[in-house]
Amino acid sequence: MIRVVLPSHLRTLARVDGEVELEVPGQVTQGAVLDALEVRYPVLRGTIRHQDGGRRRAFIRFFACEQDLSHEPPDAPLPEPVATGAEPYLIVGAMAGG
Amino acid sequence: MTGVRVLVGTSKGAFVLASDGRRKQWEVSGPFFGGWEIYHLKGSPADPDRLYASQSSGWSGQVIQRSDDGGQSWEPVGNKFSYDGTPGTHQWYDGTPHPWEFARVWHLEPSLDDPDTVYAGAEDAALFRSADGGDTWHELPGLREHRSGPSWQPGAGGMCLHTILLDASAPGRMFAAISAAGAFRSDDAGATWRPVNRGLQSEGIPDPDAEVGHCVHRIAMHPSRPDVLFMQKHWDVMRSDDGGDSWHEISGNLPTDFGFPIDVHAHEPDTIYVVPITSDAEHYPPEGKLRVYRSRTGGNEWEPLTNGLPQQHCYHNVLRDAMAVDSLDSCGVYFGTTGGQVYGSADAGDTWAPIVSDLPRVLSVEVQTLP
Repeated sequence: MIRVVLPSHLRTLARVDGEVELEVPGQVTQGAVLDALEVRYPVLRGTIRHQDGGRRRAFIRFFACEQDLSHEPPDAPLPEPVATGAEPYLIVGAMAGG
Repeated sequence: MTGVRVLVGTSKGAFVLASDGRRKQWEVSGPFFGGWEIYHLKGSPADPDRLYASQSSGWSGQVIQRSDDGGQSWEPVGNKFSYDGTPGTHQWYDGTPHPWEFARVWHLEPSLDDPDTVYAGAEDAALFRSADGGDTWHELPGLREHRSGPSWQPGAGGMCLHTILLDASAPGRMFAAISAAGAFRSDDAGATWRPVNRGLQSEGIPDPDAEVGHCVHRIAMHPSRPDVLFMQKHWDVMRSDDGGDSWHEISGNLPTDFGFPIDVHAHEPDTIYVVPITSDAEHYPPEGKLRVYRSRTGGNEWEPLTNGLPQQHCYHNVLRDAMAVDSLDSCGVYFGTTGGQVYGSADAGDTWAPIVSDLPRVLSVEVQTLP
């Protein structure tokens, strides 16, 4: 089970509290996790990745295991603790005021 | 009971202000979508319980919300806005080519007769249409693909399609306005478009009376007289008597003809309202006095409306989509400021009172007159 933490404004939009738990078939990559997230919560389509091409939105960051994974390729495997559910995968809104 | 519902979009959420026909006591609900920018929300003329809202943020992009109960509850609908084909480039601020990129929906215009049909004006400028209540969106590419498109450039707020007017008397006729490209008209339901900017004069572009390149801030029309259009341009208040084919200036005795919104009285097609702003560099009212100006002669002769509005130390702006009128017997006029006030007048502007005073920056105001 993959644990995903959403930023608060996306938790509100998706109407979830706390962490999201996802079953991710096959290899646990960023792309696979985000695909599974958007299948579970279609309202999140376009809010984390652009709908055309799947590019990460500029002010969204991906962290896990104290690493910044924002610039990792979408098909790169996530760290083992994320794949086992020991650590969450963090989707974060960049600190940019407002 | 007859009443009104004022729909307010702000930089941090949406609010609904409701009152009966007397418009003295107001019930305020919201914020809806707290923390998100609500550029615009508007109700369907065919079904007052059907509302659409444009919700966006710099972090997470565009969401469209739909309500079927007059704004008590909302459901997110489709948010995929894809330009048709390969969109090419428009001009950037420095005149260099810049790729067309979708940023947000500035304006939602529900169809006059079908609650499930709604138009969306986008930044970068394009017109989208949904015929299924907002679930799916398709561009009407004839506007963006006009031969002048590569020369369009953004205004200070972005290259936004901010005004959509539907002509009830001539199905298929519609108007759109883009900052800073100008006004456009379609006579075939949005399939093809032509610029309608003859008579406009704009400094800051190489050819002051060019076919396109004008920073039109807002256009208004009275439904009973759709060939007459009123325009607040970057500078200049303008009027057309021939469906946009030609324009003439009606700024008259205004203290400044810079401003953003313009609207028409619900029952008097020659009574119009603007909010003069000092200049393009000073986006606040002249002398710190918040004054709505009304013309009862279709322009040129203007009177300041001040009763109930702050007449000292007021340095807010009123944005282009932040004024609206109701259609009760005594026409109500409403506007919101960048300081978070929403003012209302139940007597066509003679007297004003704040409905709310401390909202976030007001981006848009719409009014529904309820049966």
